[in-house]
Amino acid sequence: MAKTKEPIWWSLFGAGGMISAVLTPITVILTGIAIPAGLLSIEAFDRLIHHPLARLYLFLLIVFPLFHGAHRLLFTLVDLGLKGMRGTLAVVLYGSAIVLSILAIVLLIRLSP
Amino acid sequence: MTGKQYVRPVQSNWWLQKRSYTLFMVRELTSAFIAGYSIFLIVMVYWASQGNEPFTRFCDGLKSPLSILLHLLVLAAALYHSITWFNLTPKIMAFWRGEEKVSDGAIQGANFVLWLLASAVVAGIVFAVARG
Repeated sequence: MAKTKEPIWWSLFGAGGMISAVLTPITVILTGIAIPAGLLSIEAFDRLIHHPLARLYLFLLIVFPLFHGAHRLLFTLVDLGLKGMRGTLAVVLYGSAIVLSILAIVLLIRLSP
Repeated sequence: MTGKQYVRPVQSNWWLQKRSYTLFMVRELTSAFIAGYSIFLIVMVYWASQGNEPFTRFCDGLKSPLSILLHLLVLAAALYHSITWFNLTPKIMAFWRGEEKVSDGAIQGANFVLWLLASAVVAGIVFAVARG
């Protein structure tokens, strides 16, 4: 049973790896450097974040990297010797990714323009 | 499989015994920083949904030294993830051009070009909208 579900988690992991590799650095620069340095005004950022495309962008950048992180952390913890707890860890990690994703989707939908 | 299976004991500090193993572990842990940033983005979206004033207060918080320090840590992890991810891609996926396999270097190069282009496009759109 676990074997047949593996491709789902793996493709979410792969998508998350690619999306965060391409988009996370520039986004971190925007929220962590451009805003504090005043290169991007808070007012403009507030306007921008409500745009449908910005919300789609945030959806991609929140949801897929969560599954990427859950997958990598699961295997890291297993490699560190928690092999016996693999089932529990999988439920906790993938479960957290699912719950946080639903929360993100609800918030992004509520963030109407 | 029935009967007893031999499981080779593994010490939990195996990843400290060789530089390549340590770098592997660092790479795996970058995903925790990136997932942490996803959670930060969820919090940001929450404050954006609360109206202008609460969101402005949230954004003022981004100017604090602690926020900048955390962002720089995430940025370092994210850059390490990007570089290792792009270099790994040819090992995960094979691309074929006719009968010939596309070389690892070409795929890696294409990844880095895509990365720079996408970053430039995102920054360009954000600053164009901000000015407009």
